[in-house]
Amino acid sequence: MTNHDHLDLRELHDPDIPLPIELQGNLASTNLSRIYNWSRAKATWPLLFGLACCAIEMIATAASRYDISRFGMEVMRASPRQADLLIVSGTVTKKMVVPIVRIFNQMPEPKYVLAMGACASGGGPFKEGYNVVSGIDQYIPVDVYVPGCPPTPQALMHGFIALHKKMEGQRIHNRNSVPWYSKGPSDEIPLPILGPDIVDPRQAAILRQQAESAVLLAEATGD
Amino acid sequence: MVENVLVQDPIQEALAGLARFGGAVQADDRQNYEGIVVDRAALPDVALVLRDELGYDYLSSVTGVDYLGFGDYFEVVYHAYRTSGGKGLTLKTRTPRDVATVPSVVSVWPGADFQEREAYDLMGIHFTGHPNLKRILMWEGFEGHPLRKDWQEAYFESEHKPFESRWPGGNVRRSEEYNPFGKNVKYPAGFTMDKVRDISEVDHYEGLNLGVQIEGSGIRTDKLVVNLGPHHPSTHGVFRMVCTLNGETVETLEPVMGYLHRNHEKIGERNTWIMNMPYTDRLDYISSMSNNHGYALAVENLMLKNQVKGYNQPTERTEVIRVLMVELTRYVNHLWSIGFLLNDLGAFFTPALYAIFERELILDFFEATAGSRMMCNYMRFGGVFKDIPERMMAHAVLENDMIRDVDTMEFLHNLIFERLPNFTDEFDRLLTKNEIVFNRTRGVGILTAEQAIAVSAAGPVLRASGVPYDVRKADPYSIYPDLEFDIPIGTYGDVYDRYLVRLEEMRQSVRILQQIYPRLKETAGQSILGIDAYSPRIPNGGESYGRVENPKGELGYYVVGVPGKEFDQNPWRYHIRAPSFINLTALEQMCVGHKVADLVVILGSIDIVLGETDR
Ligand code: SF4
Repeated sequence: MTNHDHLDLRELHDPDIPLPIELQGNLASTNLSRIYNWSRAKATWPLLFGLACCAIEMIATAASRYDISRFGMEVMRASPRQADLLIVSGTVTKKMVVPIVRIFNQMPEPKYVLAMGACASGGGPFKEGYNVVSGIDQYIPVDVYVPGCPPTPQALMHGFIALHKKMEGQRIHNRNSVPWYSKGPSDEIPLPILGPDIVDPRQAAILRQQAESAVLLAEATGD
Repeated sequence: MVENVLVQDPIQEALAGLARFGGAVQADDRQNYEGIVVDRAALPDVALVLRDELGYDYLSSVTGVDYLGFGDYFEVVYHAYRTSGGKGLTLKTRTPRDVATVPSVVSVWPGADFQEREAYDLMGIHFTGHPNLKRILMWEGFEGHPLRKDWQEAYFESEHKPFESRWPGGNVRRSEEYNPFGKNVKYPAGFTMDKVRDISEVDHYEGLNLGVQIEGSGIRTDKLVVNLGPHHPSTHGVFRMVCTLNGETVETLEPVMGYLHRNHEKIGERNTWIMNMPYTDRLDYISSMSNNHGYALAVENLMLKNQVKGYNQPTERTEVIRVLMVELTRYVNHLWSIGFLLNDLGAFFTPALYAIFERELILDFFEATAGSRMMCNYMRFGGVFKDIPERMMAHAVLENDMIRDVDTMEFLHNLIFERLPNFTDEFDRLLTKNEIVFNRTRGVGILTAEQAIAVSAAGPVLRASGVPYDVRKADPYSIYPDLEFDIPIGTYGDVYDRYLVRLEEMRQSVRILQQIYPRLKETAGQSILGIDAYSPRIPNGGESYGRVENPKGELGYYVVGVPGKEFDQNPWRYHIRAPSFINLTALEQMCVGHKVADLVVILGSIDIVLGETDR
């Protein structure tokens, strides 16, 4: 058995490489992807960013009882430039989604998004509201969804573990597996615009179509 | 009981005092309504007389009601109180819907400032003479005024819940699939990308005189505009301040909010009465229990007026449990607020960690009783959801692999008589005489008593300025008249005083809890149900204003029901007087002239929570 006070090298070891039984846990032979992902997952820095009620549970998770530092995540950065993980912890309103997309664009890659709670995942109890976005995934890609209103600290930690698994599964040598390992910079997400209602520039074509069909409808009814 | 010198009925007294206005002032004689109706032309003069001659110096709430289909007018409702205590006066004025204008009362009660802007934003009522009438929660350029009864949101399905598509069939309907954009959006007819203009930011920077050279003092320098928020670690949520700085000194400050405007009131007006209870949890999400209490009081009052069949007044046990929960909540809130005030002062996270640890113990009790740590959804009309359990069992405990199973009353006894009093003293010892705390908070963010009353500040902010106004004493509800407690007040009205007031309120809460504990034992076994059987329909007509002393200040619910079969399941109007929102009216006054580093400290001392500010 390995001693828990020490690093368990079996986590790092590549199971495809055979190793004598007496060396297991004391020696690791591995590949670059694995060691790289392992270090990333063990030191994911979330952005210090609270949105609504869920943020209170996020703070409780960071506090001593649940102790987020057991996951190597206690270093919450206030600047998006230094953060790896965006925890969207609350209701995303139309007014707020513009700054959130901007923050997401400012984060350096590799970057991850965790939608915490019912609101961030799909609008939650306030979904029908006129100023509420039905989930942050309408605007930015989400890696992990954590259900709950608010999710308990245990649920959030479960989300972290899911995220770590995801990170560990990514491969540097497979350039198509994640956008940031492909050639050239990845695209920014266009900022939504606050017009008469929020406008997603990616929906320009549907907007035009809708406007045309409204005109056609008006002509047909003789308005 | 609090002695009430004004035995006279406030309405008769007001009518007598306002007799000089003749027919412009009348009693509101609709059934289950109260207060006076004022002709809008006479409103500013009436307001002045009310304030200066009749002593209504404190304007608690301003809001609009759209009586579409019931006379087709907007009614603006004002709730005014005396800081010396006693019942309030409800004042109303009407305006036609198509050209909705009402004279502003900001010159009489500056606390109406943000509230009138809100009514303008959400209902489209123009307040003539308002110094800065623009949208406050939605962005400039947004189409329409959402709280009008004929305004429909993008996901509109029907006027009332439960929606036919889901109940009683239990079907699932994803609103996105019925929207051409697959999103919660709706555009005016013929709208395309070339017509997009984003004017939401323009206003904030207008008139700031950017880049003006400042003469004098021998240094030539520019003014600087700094945006704090909406993503800022010290704004306690998604709050934003646009300030201009001269060097490091704040010259102007504009609070910008609405980043968490979740349309609480519009959703609340589609919900059934009881469905709003869990929504109130999410107002001030640190103090869900006391939010529940205010809403329960407002609806109970309306049920009493309507003599609803099957409704029973809360039993003693119910009241005792409610006060227990509410005072624990107050303790939790002040813990949180002081912990994070210290964060803002630069004592990063250590005091907050102490505070959060104690909070967890109380949350365990909430979880065992209500089923949720934060969103308790615990109170019901005339009752509470469940009695407190005999034993507290939990799997999440401090030590690993241990399942807790303790006697609830023992747990509470330990909490109330040992743990919390000791912790309050410890917090006191750690912080109160700390030199840094002292130097950074003394004389910072001063609000005088007159200013605090004028801007309708509430809660610890008002009391720290030396005004001993606490709804629990001034206009008592529940069993507070039988309980002994003091109202701590401050002397200077600075950040330090607000801190001291909160600390002392924690002690007073513990004192109340210690009186509650024996009564909890005495009343064991009494019923905690207020209604024999729950029904979404509550025959309702009339208005009701329920207010409680929330940890952050006076929280008020203004609810209106209209009679009729098809309307009796939903509130016609559901408005929340949010203390965090109205306390922010004073922010600019408190900040101007201070250094930029003090901004977050002053904001922290107001103790806002955005769920309630933006609703
Ligand atoms: S999911 Fe629930 S707790 Fe979280 S932000 Fe939404 S309403 Fe608040």
